[in-house]
Amino acid sequence: MKIVYNGELNPRLCKDVLGETIAEIVNADENAIYLDADLMSCISTLKWAKANPERAVDCGIAEANMAGVAAGLAVAGFKPIIHSFGTFASRRIYDQIFLSGGYAKNDITVIGTDPGVTATMNGGTHMPFEDVALYNALPGATVIDASDPVCLISVLKQCQNRPGIKYIRVGRKQLARIYADGSELEIGKAVTLREGTDAVIFAAGLMLHEALQAAASLEAQGVSAAVVDCFTIKPIDADAIEAWAKKCGAVVVAENANRHGGLYDIILEVLAERCPVPAAVVAVEDEFGEVGTQGYLQERFGLTAAHIEEQVRTVLARK
Amino acid sequence: MEYQEQKDLRAFAIRIRMAALEAIHSIGSGHVGGAMSIADTLAVLYGREMNVRPEDPKWADRDCLVVSKGHAGPAVYATLALKGFFPYEELKTLNRGGTRLPSHCDRNKTPGVDVTTGSLGQGTSQAAGLALGNRIKGRKNRVFLIVGDGEAEEGQCWESFLFASAKKLSNLVVLIDWNKRQLDGYLDDVLPMGDFVAKMEAFGFDTVMVDGGDVAQIAAALERTRAGGDKPYAIVLDTVKGHGVDEVEQTAMNHSMPVTDERFERWTAELRQKLEALEG
Repeated sequence: MKIVYNGELNPRLCKDVLGETIAEIVNADENAIYLDADLMSCISTLKWAKANPERAVDCGIAEANMAGVAAGLAVAGFKPIIHSFGTFASRRIYDQIFLSGGYAKNDITVIGTDPGVTATMNGGTHMPFEDVALYNALPGATVIDASDPVCLISVLKQCQNRPGIKYIRVGRKQLARIYADGSELEIGKAVTLREGTDAVIFAAGLMLHEALQAAASLEAQGVSAAVVDCFTIKPIDADAIEAWAKKCGAVVVAENANRHGGLYDIILEVLAERCPVPAAVVAVEDEFGEVGTQGYLQERFGLTAAHIEEQVRTVLARK
Repeated sequence: MEYQEQKDLRAFAIRIRMAALEAIHSIGSGHVGGAMSIADTLAVLYGREMNVRPEDPKWADRDCLVVSKGHAGPAVYATLALKGFFPYEELKTLNRGGTRLPSHCDRNKTPGVDVTTGSLGQGTSQAAGLALGNRIKGRKNRVFLIVGDGEAEEGQCWESFLFASAKKLSNLVVLIDWNKRQLDGYLDDVLPMGDFVAKMEAFGFDTVMVDGGDVAQIAAALERTRAGGDKPYAIVLDTVKGHGVDEVEQTAMNHSMPVTDERFERWTAELRQKLEALEG
């Protein structure tokens, strides 16, 4: 695995990467099957799906049924991948994925696109800030906030043979280029993107770029901040969290989700039990979403590099 | 169907009722009404229609039963125990800590239970997925899905029926236990469901209605679902909640009932009498 971050975007759209990777997985594994709820066009799978109707099932706008059908397919020996927008892939199908999926031990990979502010023009009704909290509360679930297209490919392939419910949240547009093509990231292992000594920023998804920008700005002001990629929110890499908290003595968590029930809470549990140090968060302050560009929404909900810098100074003052 | 086979199935249904009551009595109370109304169908499924191997419950080519009205667990366990999936004596562990026989059906606990159910409506989608998966795998087996009439108030049922019809799942047979009653009373008072036959036909099912207390009618309806074709099948079972035990039938609120020692003796005596009349 090689880190190649230079502040630029990965040229590939995540939706195209999703479409290609899903097709690759299903073509390579006779037990893999892909289901969608009338959003195939949104992740570039429609053309391939029409040519492979037995392995790519459009369930129509009936997400709860899709989750249950996926569970039934798992009973029949399949390893289903299902997709919808993050709101519907979490809130709307929660009881189905919880009971027909998790409780019944039917292994399913769930992809929720447009997490948090990446839902932009679809607005508040389509803007999941709570999806992470819901899946964190599902026993045995794996919860992923994809860092970039390279991380997405690596994680999606690992999920095929991982037990339980796997929830992957990822936007459909571009993310910062963080990892070199072909890099493999191990689910459950956090990745150090930038070394530091004064404070550590634990971030995930689109907040990695903001964290790295904040760290660069802080360095110019004489503050050394580490940045750690927590793309696996659950199971959290508790050893890495503990080691960095001990080394730096101050923690900031940055996530594109509600501050309650997400990455921040999971990290606070580790800190409370293993290494209590001052901590602060950059996340949505218990609000519903709204419509706008991603730039507007990141400002509106306080999800920018400037907000991270501010919180780093806050925790440093409490050290 | 031969007269003797018909008699055997009727006897099997009575034994299912007795065993289910024995299980519920052992813990003091439970879902009596809906267990009694589905007993005749379970007798025909396991006594005649389904291809299963009690000694190999996970056999890949078996016919599967999805009891989406998962609270009928005691009737299912009674049937499975009588078929030899597990020891009969185990029925008395129903709902006790650590049991393999929980109130609602659980595929990870009970030998012979194919799908986990209990949250109403969810078994219907799982049954459709299972039928689709079996077809893709080229298996010749079938999936039987039992749905409660009150359960059909759940919207998910109708999403899954639409899906089953769209995917032409003729290896799926939906059996609706139209026993007219739900927890809070009669469907017609709580949320009337109207004409089940018309609804299922409108959703694209090959549909018939039979007397769900008559094993011969149930057997005939199931036999015609072997034909395949391009439609899923629906059998609307005209039943009485609590069927087979007079006192239960006549209790309006019989969804969940205490089964005291006294009741158990009385109800079992009635069933034993019916069994003796049948078998001599």
